[in-house]
Amino acid sequence: MTTNASATDTATDESRTDIDVEVIRDRVHTVEIVSDSGEGAQKCGQIFGAVSAKMGNGVWTVEIIPAEIQPPARSPAGASGNRIRIGTKEVTNWGDRTNVCVAFNEQVLLARHRLDAIEPGALILVENMWKEHRDEDVRAEWRAAMDELEGCGYRIIEVPMEERCLTVVDDARKGKNMFALGMLAWIFDRDLDLTRDQIAYAFRKKSEEVYEKNVTLLELGYAWAGENLDIRIDIPPGLGGEDMVVMNGNQAVAFGAVAAGMELAAMYPITPATSVSHQLGEIFHKFGGIVHQAEDEIAAAGVAIGASYSGKVAFTITSGPGLALKTEFLGLAIMSEIPLVVVDVQRGGPSTGLPTKVEQSDLLATIFGQPGDAPHVVMAAATIEECFHSMITARRIAETFRTVVIVLSDANLATGVQPFRRPSLDPVWMGSRPDTGPVPESKPPYDWDEDTGLSQRFIPGQPGGMHTVTGLAHDEASHVAYASDINQKSSAMRSRKIAVLNSTMQPPKVNGSDSGDLLIVGWGSTKGAIEEAVETAREQGLSVSSLHLRFLSPLEPGLKEIFQRFGKVMTVEINYSDEPDAPFITAENRRRGQLAWLLRAATLVDVDCWTRVLGEPLRPGVILDVIRSNIAKGGAA
Amino acid sequence: MSGHSCSLLFPVEEEREYSMADYQGAQARWCPGCGDHSVLTATQRLLAAEQLKPEDTVFVSGIGCSSRFPHYVSSYGFHGIHGRALPVATGIKLHRPDLHVFVVMGDGDCTSIGAAHWLHATRYNVDMVALMLDNNIYGLTKMQTSPTTPKGYRSNTQPMGSYLPALNPIEATLGVTNASFVAQTAEWMPAHLYATLQAAYKHNGFAFVRILQRCPVFTGDIYQDAVRNPEMIQMLEHPDGIEVPDLHQIYKDVNRHDPRNMDAAREMAEKTDRIRVGVFFRDESRPRYEETRHLPLHTTDEKIGILNEELDKYAV
Repeated sequence: MTTNASATDTATDESRTDIDVEVIRDRVHTVEIVSDSGEGAQKCGQIFGAVSAKMGNGVWTVEIIPAEIQPPARSPAGASGNRIRIGTKEVTNWGDRTNVCVAFNEQVLLARHRLDAIEPGALILVENMWKEHRDEDVRAEWRAAMDELEGCGYRIIEVPMEERCLTVVDDARKGKNMFALGMLAWIFDRDLDLTRDQIAYAFRKKSEEVYEKNVTLLELGYAWAGENLDIRIDIPPGLGGEDMVVMNGNQAVAFGAVAAGMELAAMYPITPATSVSHQLGEIFHKFGGIVHQAEDEIAAAGVAIGASYSGKVAFTITSGPGLALKTEFLGLAIMSEIPLVVVDVQRGGPSTGLPTKVEQSDLLATIFGQPGDAPHVVMAAATIEECFHSMITARRIAETFRTVVIVLSDANLATGVQPFRRPSLDPVWMGSRPDTGPVPESKPPYDWDEDTGLSQRFIPGQPGGMHTVTGLAHDEASHVAYASDINQKSSAMRSRKIAVLNSTMQPPKVNGSDSGDLLIVGWGSTKGAIEEAVETAREQGLSVSSLHLRFLSPLEPGLKEIFQRFGKVMTVEINYSDEPDAPFITAENRRRGQLAWLLRAATLVDVDCWTRVLGEPLRPGVILDVIRSNIAKGGAA
Repeated sequence: MSGHSCSLLFPVEEEREYSMADYQGAQARWCPGCGDHSVLTATQRLLAAEQLKPEDTVFVSGIGCSSRFPHYVSSYGFHGIHGRALPVATGIKLHRPDLHVFVVMGDGDCTSIGAAHWLHATRYNVDMVALMLDNNIYGLTKMQTSPTTPKGYRSNTQPMGSYLPALNPIEATLGVTNASFVAQTAEWMPAHLYATLQAAYKHNGFAFVRILQRCPVFTGDIYQDAVRNPEMIQMLEHPDGIEVPDLHQIYKDVNRHDPRNMDAAREMAEKTDRIRVGVFFRDESRPRYEETRHLPLHTTDEKIGILNEELDKYAV
């Protein structure tokens, strides 16, 4: 970090020769790079985020993704890119609006403007080739866009990206992203050697020539910015000392699965879960692992269950629509007590919904989705680091309790990139290979402990343990049994295990005071935004705390007792709920946030909710407004 | 029977000899006269002949009358869900190539609700025996038309008779890329059934066997003529497939068919003039998925070493 600081001084001195440069120092700042799909804005953003993380800044990146692979060029709907929020300390969410925006055309810039994604006063760097374009329609669109943006207080700078890039490459569409990276590197004073290394890594599958050209473009952008811009932004790096790794949530799931000792992943491509299998595809074979791309979602579940049945716990990865297809198989695994880990990277629903966008609408389906009574475990990762560690916890619980564990992630975690403490790998995480020794004579395959419902699992290869697992009602010996008392007992045994798991948990820790006017309860990827909002509200003197749940089924213990210490309890979630004052909505028929349903049922506390399904992560500023209005409404009662 | 009495002289792990009785599971509860009994007996005879250890053998089934099969064999068994026996079996074999895996499906299981898995399992060509017990009807749910029900045959769901020509499972399987073993036999020809099962077991790859099977309750008449009149049967014989000379006295129509000849196999599969039994196609040179994917396992310490190297690439 210190070497970088000296580099900063040098760069600043050089650029100050002919322009008076204003330096803005801030603790957290947000940057967006937006382009048409296929112009590489995401790669630019990813490299910028990775370099910033390596320099010791806190980082959170979010992809801005259109649903189509190649949407029409120059259309607001096609805006594609990255938001990178960097800070002096850890950054836990994507923030509210961007402070800097690099746009490859004015239409994608308009898209962000119209989504209220740009902060008034933001620095905007926009490609100016459209202004003098030979097509009159394009020139007219440019003028209209500039008219719309005028008066919003943005600091718009027109940049001849195309013109400059054409001095290096024949097709500027394949180079602007590195030029933009160069500009950002100058503005934020990024370490150029680190940036070149990161470019080399990003293009590791391409030729040396591609790398060279990209570096030339980087330097070109850096030089242009130094010659033409009069503003730099300084976000002093404040992290360091600890070993960190930087990756997205899906990569963390993949690494977590390896660290958990799992050896078989079965999947079928589905957004936004698929990239877990891309990561595994690159590394799993080195550990003797297999990524099986099945013929469909159902078969993926079946292969994972077959593998788990015969040895180490296997896992399957999916998203909402795929989870729906796997439902019958999950019921079988629960009924026959075959351990299984299922990762559900949630997207907007129902049906095909919003494939690339974040939502937390699968919660109730993951808990109650299987017909019949099918008790199992549902947990949710709140951070990218937890995406890694959840896999280890899930594998252990699945094995110990002979059940299905569903790990919920979402599109925000899946594509968000954040540095986190490098895991200190523990051999215990990997578990041991199941015993294949002989089974003691007359020990049945479901030798349920009357109190806990737990029993030892036999796997093929164990002499004396032969039995036929079945999805039919069965007794201790796994014999098909329709007798009413046996069904009652086996149902109780499968359910009891979940209570036993609950009994091993600690009550969750309240963020903020243990009591007060308002308690916000969240789960999953909203943790960072909720806690940032709560922290700001507390600084402003509001009596608000928050609670974040990792286990949704069984719920963590002690919730009722915690809730009773607050004037009002409400969930904040990214799923749909009716507004209480909407037409036809009454207190009885109101459909509430999914966690709110659960909490009300489990605690009999009148838990309220505030939820949105905007297809984007929650903004801390918006949550802050919710806190304010709820405390004003009498949360203090 | 050597075994426990000799344990003073030999290590306890001394191989014991298994008889058919050792593979007897629960008492079969199929209807009297059901063809499934015959398949069960032939299978148990094969297990004994091949001396397969019950603990190293897994029978995987779906849902239906024939899918009760695993309960009636003393081995590991997996009685899963309707149509999905093949993915489960694939998972078992991918994780544990050391196990002997047999899949038992009905015609509804295999050719209807699980048809996608049938196609892909054929292409994966994972080493296992897949038996499709084809009684041309849904039996467990009481007589609904199945894809293999003959056109015009009446059922509870199509009381005016099945509307469409029956699906031909042999033709369909032969049409799948990477098919490596496709055979047909009949439960009323026990010697032929046994020879076919044996060839399927010995085949390295996915051995698909369609077993023509009478349901005495719902479709007792479908194969009645073929059972009574051996002239309706043609036996496909070849040293590379199966040969059952003991049956030549009864079944005089013997076709010397080379199971490497896919064109001839497809031509015969299409024909409806008589029922052909035997190995239509067999090619052990086809790639097997579990072999292609198999990798050496690592110790925990090795894995942690590799994982740390991988994490280095993401280090800040």
